[in-house]
Amino acid sequence: MVSEPSDEDGDTGALALKILVAGGFGVGKTTLVGAVSEIRPLRTEELLSEVGQSVDDTDGVDHKVTTTVAMDFGRITIRSGLSLYLFGTPGQDRFWFLWDELAQGALGAVVLADTRRLQDCFPAVDYFEHRHIPFVVAVNCFAGARAYGAHDVSRALDLDQGTPVVLCDARDRDSGKEVLIRLVEYAGRMYTARLLDSVS
Amino acid sequence: MSRERALLMAEDSTGGRHEPPGSQWYDNEAGPLVRPYAMTGGRTKPGPSGVRFDLIALVSLGTGAPGADDDTSLGPEHRALIELCRDETQSVAELAAGADLPVGVVRVLLGDLLELARVTVSRPVPPARLPDERILREVIEGLRAL
Repeated sequence: MVSEPSDEDGDTGALALKILVAGGFGVGKTTLVGAVSEIRPLRTEELLSEVGQSVDDTDGVDHKVTTTVAMDFGRITIRSGLSLYLFGTPGQDRFWFLWDELAQGALGAVVLADTRRLQDCFPAVDYFEHRHIPFVVAVNCFAGARAYGAHDVSRALDLDQGTPVVLCDARDRDSGKEVLIRLVEYAGRMYTARLLDSVS
Repeated sequence: MSRERALLMAEDSTGGRHEPPGSQWYDNEAGPLVRPYAMTGGRTKPGPSGVRFDLIALVSLGTGAPGADDDTSLGPEHRALIELCRDETQSVAELAAGADLPVGVVRVLLGDLLELARVTVSRPVPPARLPDERILREVIEGLRAL
């Protein structure tokens, strides 16, 4: 069953989709966002005091911590009224709470991996697996890193069967596009499968 | 903290007896530091509607939005946001980057503008209801054509 999109979705009728780009520090998240984005990656800041507001507040506004954490993002306009936003997730583990917000309603995620320090992407893989958010692993092929096949990486990460692994060059636009295409295809398959599960 | 408490504290702290928060000068070069939530009157959540705008919620000018200069009740940051939406629909993330304000502050200011019907904000895609196949196909074709 295909339902017609209704106009009650938002006043503008415009649709924005969100894709997260996760992975360890320095693995090339912002580079990938920049390579495919039509705008120079923008930086937005989230105040940590805000996200912690339900648990702090014993000291009042004067003492609010105003540390910020930055998120880089880019945009791809598919057509007027349909755009894709890419968000580089904050690298450090202590910003998990921001991931929850970013992941809300996300179409899927790209987990960037560097084969020289594969363990850096474990937290991201765990995160998306546990929340059943479709993701692909994109191995950023750094010069000087020993080349591994997609299958080796899949096994080393102990990925669920079917999770795509793509070799890429995060600096290259076409390579980045290919990663995104694989993700959207995979997300489509995942959602269709879930839909079928729910009706059978 | 409740909005009321935040407001009370913001009022109290600017009430004259002690210095308003963030008004001290660190050095001549830095100038006065203004705490981000000073721009929202101490509020950390949007108004009564209580909605938390997603980073990709899309913001357009409201149908009855007057020129930004017509309304003196709006602060400069409010007006900056209106100006940014004037040319085209903007996501919350883009507004934050464009106005050089933290996302949390932009959310509060947008709540004000929404209440005044100066802007409309699209609802985010609910987690369990992702776009249908046709949209996804369109995205894939669009990406290929880039």
